[in-house]
Amino acid sequence: MSSRDDIFANIRRSLGVKGSETIRQQIVADRLERSPRGVIPKRGQVSGEERIALFKTMVETSLATVTEVASAAEVPQSIALFLRNHNLPATLRMGDDPRLKAMPWADTALEIAHGPSEGRDLNAVSHAFGGIAESGTLAMVSGPENPSTLNFLPDNHIIVVSAKDIAGDYESVWNRIRFAYGKGSMPRTVNFITGPSRSGDIEQTLLLGAHGPRRLHVVVVRD
Amino acid sequence: MTVQSTSPQFKQNATRALNDAQLQRALGNVKQGFIDKRQMAADKLPEFEALRDSARDIKNHTLEHLDLYLEAYEEKVRSSGGHVHFARDAAEAREIILSICREAGAKTVTKGKSMISEEIGINHHLEANGITPVETDLGEYIIQLRNELPSHIIAPAVHLNATQVEEDFRRVHTHLDAKRDLSEPVQLLTEARAVLRERFLAADVGITGANFLVAETGTSIIVTNEGNGDLTQILPKTHIVLASIEKLVPTLEDVSQLLRVLARSATGQELSVYTTFSTGPRRSADADGPENYHVVILDNGRSSMLGTAFEEMLRCIRCGACMNHCPVYHAVGGHAYGWVYPGPMGAVLTPSLIGVDKAGHLPNASTFCGRCESVCPVRIPLPKLMRHWREREFERHLTPATVRSGLKLWGFFAKRPALYRLATRAAMGALALAGRRHGRFAWLPMAKGWTKVRDFPAPQGETFQQRWKRERKGASA
Repeated sequence: MSSRDDIFANIRRSLGVKGSETIRQQIVADRLERSPRGVIPKRGQVSGEERIALFKTMVETSLATVTEVASAAEVPQSIALFLRNHNLPATLRMGDDPRLKAMPWADTALEIAHGPSEGRDLNAVSHAFGGIAESGTLAMVSGPENPSTLNFLPDNHIIVVSAKDIAGDYESVWNRIRFAYGKGSMPRTVNFITGPSRSGDIEQTLLLGAHGPRRLHVVVVRD
Repeated sequence: MTVQSTSPQFKQNATRALNDAQLQRALGNVKQGFIDKRQMAADKLPEFEALRDSARDIKNHTLEHLDLYLEAYEEKVRSSGGHVHFARDAAEAREIILSICREAGAKTVTKGKSMISEEIGINHHLEANGITPVETDLGEYIIQLRNELPSHIIAPAVHLNATQVEEDFRRVHTHLDAKRDLSEPVQLLTEARAVLRERFLAADVGITGANFLVAETGTSIIVTNEGNGDLTQILPKTHIVLASIEKLVPTLEDVSQLLRVLARSATGQELSVYTTFSTGPRRSADADGPENYHVVILDNGRSSMLGTAFEEMLRCIRCGACMNHCPVYHAVGGHAYGWVYPGPMGAVLTPSLIGVDKAGHLPNASTFCGRCESVCPVRIPLPKLMRHWREREFERHLTPATVRSGLKLWGFFAKRPALYRLATRAAMGALALAGRRHGRFAWLPMAKGWTKVRDFPAPQGETFQQRWKRERKGASA
């Protein structure tokens, strides 16, 4: 008997089942099909300005910084200002996201690089798939538009998120993922990011910038 | 069993721990930090208790249908281009991982934090076969340098102080300036970041654990604050996920319920910094991510826990809240437990995995104060399960003869109330008489373990039952 068969046989013996019971199979198929929601905290169940305000508060609670711009055209200037204010070099790496590409980077003095990170970049910008107000979380999906390495290797990570993509809860993001990728399918990686990298492993003292970005800056785009 | 267990020597381990001043200082950090942070996070979320019920129910439902959810999960991983391997025990898991590493021509392997990798002892096995494993979680990295086991499931180096870490870094990072300043914890962190960054970029294979596996999508999930798990899994060509059978959950909605209680119970965060959902290898258009994706699913005794009283232990999501709130853990730390899993969850799980004959002391290392159960996010009745182990230990005659005869003697009197009252009255009277001068005993026969570290207060001459009767009478009069 293979290890696989042996393990399944032992699970079934312990549970006192055969695996062929129609009722059990239906229960499982039904749950996977319907994916019922459980308890959704009221906190995130707000809309409009209130939801954006909650998102920004929670982002700051996670020790990230957040700013707001009126339109996508203002993003490059806003990022250039952020880098200048923190005395960071005017360099920026990004993927092929068409929303980012369409922004007027030439209006700034920023030196832009494209593609995934090799591990030596100081600054990177990514466009979020969405935001989650409940916890101040950014939902990122992998792909050539926003390579996953940009979320982790640079020292300073800037995430652009559209105000209309900020949801109240995790479940709303899963709905959008299913709509975009099909039920039961996922992009290679979904990263939920809530604040900059940190560690408490030395004497339980909270220190920022463990292996991932030391700074996380969020730009919310209205329009 | 690969990781050598010192659980049978729990008593000696505990004594040593209690006399270790450095350890006692470090353990103070557990009491201070975790408890308040968890409470604050729970208080901020009115639905927290309802979410704990929900989390418990999801885990119970999954365990009852585990065979079917495992099948569904397996199919999804395969259809997304990944490989699933099943391992009955630690030895099989080690061989599977070694052969994947060899196939990848691996020289170095980075590792995200994984308790199961400790359980199967993968690091020693890789080293013995010429492959260098590098732990990347800061705490795990530190204890790897010291050749120790983690002493806590989410804070592996909680037993150490910063000066010890400094000594280890100076001993191992000999390529750096010997005169550098490492007096601040942030300097230690910065040094580890730089050293490990090179390791991340050079690794051929990355091994991570999984906090959850999702049947609906074939997804593995890791939760970290450092980002080390992500660099471990997106940079090398091959990503190996090492998970045990009970990590399964049905859907993304279900995992969202569990995530809402996990970080709050563990560190008091709303959500850990990085919650990563990985499904299969990189897609054709992707610019990064691993080309090969393997999942090794370990049983190692767990399938036999299903359908027994210990099935409830399989709900555990490894948050560490039970040990953070345990007075015994606070006193002796994690290493005293002698194997991979310490604290109350370890006291229940370890006998299941390595046998009650080896780990019988652990379920006895409890005051039964019940704090662990009161904070468990999936409501595992830990004290009840420890009591089950005590009963089994007694039934199998594993309890020492002195304890057994003591219990038998007590049982004899307890079953005869009149005799019991007479005997306790006599004993209390005698002790009161003997201790009337000092009101306390610095020495008592057969109670050296107690009187060595503290005095035994002398009774006042009355038994509890006598006093109860007297006060009841007084109250009703």
